[in-house]
Amino acid sequence: MVKEEIRELEEKARKNRLLSLEGIYNARSGHPGGSLSIAEMVTYLYFCEMRVDPEHPDMPGRDRLVLSKGHGAPALYAALAMRGFFPESELKNLRKLGGILQGHPDMKKTPGIDMSTGSLGQGLSAACGMALAAHGAYNVFCIVGDGELQEGQIWEAVMLANHYRLSNLYVLVDYNKVQLSGKVDDISLPGDIEEKFRVFGWYADTIDGHDFASIESAVNAAKGQDKPAAIICNTVKGKGVSYMEGNYKWHGNAPGDELYEKAVLEINQGV
Amino acid sequence: MADIATREAYGRALVDLGREYDFYVLSADLADSVKVDYFRNAYPERYVECGIAEENMIGVAAGIASTGTPAFASSYAMFTAGRAYEQIRNSVAYPNLPVIIGASHAGVSVGEDGATHQCCEDIALMRVIPGMTVFSPCDAIEATQVTKAALLAGSPVYIRLSRPASPAVNTDSYVFEPGKGVVLCDGDDVAIFATGLMVWQALEARRLLAERGISAAVINIHTIKPIDSALIERYAARVKQLFTVEEHSVIGGLGSAVCEVLCATHPARLTMIGINDRFGLSGTSSGLLSYFGLTASSIADKISASLES
Repeated sequence: MVKEEIRELEEKARKNRLLSLEGIYNARSGHPGGSLSIAEMVTYLYFCEMRVDPEHPDMPGRDRLVLSKGHGAPALYAALAMRGFFPESELKNLRKLGGILQGHPDMKKTPGIDMSTGSLGQGLSAACGMALAAHGAYNVFCIVGDGELQEGQIWEAVMLANHYRLSNLYVLVDYNKVQLSGKVDDISLPGDIEEKFRVFGWYADTIDGHDFASIESAVNAAKGQDKPAAIICNTVKGKGVSYMEGNYKWHGNAPGDELYEKAVLEINQGV
Repeated sequence: MADIATREAYGRALVDLGREYDFYVLSADLADSVKVDYFRNAYPERYVECGIAEENMIGVAAGIASTGTPAFASSYAMFTAGRAYEQIRNSVAYPNLPVIIGASHAGVSVGEDGATHQCCEDIALMRVIPGMTVFSPCDAIEATQVTKAALLAGSPVYIRLSRPASPAVNTDSYVFEPGKGVVLCDGDDVAIFATGLMVWQALEARRLLAERGISAAVINIHTIKPIDSALIERYAARVKQLFTVEEHSVIGGLGSAVCEVLCATHPARLTMIGINDRFGLSGTSSGLLSYFGLTASSIADKISASLES
């Protein structure tokens, strides 16, 4: 990835954050922290990696993304809109009655959403089902939260993926270290996440989840494996907005007028 | 015809259907028990063993179904409707995916395994989910056709199956029609709406009632949802009393579904015969049906007593 490309992607990630926050601000509700932490992941997937066609969102052979941490929906919606699945103007109707953008992803209402998610722990199982049914014809990506790893169903799915050697399945763990009610470390010690996946038989790697070149090389390295891959992405919850960064209080709260302006300013300035 | 369990018919039907249709079958370490081992042996490439992880099994089925290929997820009623309730609700029903839950070992007729394995709440749990179809076949002949109808539905379906072998209620010429209750025998005094294994018991009860001079209609409600409202209303207008018989809690099951129809249109006297807000226990299958008053003679006695009161 050359510098020019990286700069363009960074610009897209910046826009992704602005759109996420705008939607949440307009809705007066939503999850800014975990949306801002995955801006680079969704941008990379939709602009560099996934074989999708916005004109034919249900194309059978398309690559798929399951946002298992469904509360990060604003970032996913922003990426889909920017990629052309629906007009960016729809983002203003996030979480609004009659709109196509639900509080959590809904595959029946939103073009480009591959699986309805939101109840934590369930998306990875669906991603496994897709990867099984693909018979190698396409790749399935799944973004899970670090707090979400506390759900037992995740590890049921991790075992199945290993058993069936789902080498077309790529899990990106949004390791932002913060969950709804506090720091992940204070709630349920995650231990060595990379090692956990590895002992379950997966290929695993840890990277800077805000660095496009790292994401690219990690995904490409994972492609050479004959097993499912977990890429642990070190990220910052609320990335780009100083008062949100690392603060659990911004897991699920919308900023008011003043703080929203401050957030926009900071993201534009690239603090 | 020899007695055959509905789970057995389900397992055999999947093999037959597999010749003509493309679909997956999943199980959670209970393939032999829910009879999908037949499918596993016939089409190993379309069988997914999920291990003892039912929540994941439902999610994997949803993922497969999201690609357009239907998936049957098979386990016990307790571990699907019960354990994986929320996965069924959020990963299957909310996105309206063609996942069929083949749930065996419903009710107390599970027998010796006891309360932890006897699900008497599954109809209530499943029928409350928007868009979910709930089938409860009464014999092997019906279960075979229910399995095909579920596959062709293209939307979430729950099939309630039983462990013990049971007598045939229908003949080979029977044609299953989803959503349409079947009047097996007509009658003028009372109407008995029954489902699953209780249909055969209800038919036997009818014979006992006839000896007492009571004329009972017996209606097989094989589709709990959507329920055949028109048929229920017709009998509510015709007979003195209505009865429901189910191997399920009287809270939220067939009885409740019939009540919901009656309340809205034809207030009528209905007596619900089922499990009265209790857990099961160990015993033989037939012993437990006696214990809970779900045999033909108990059913007949309850109906007689209700008519006298």
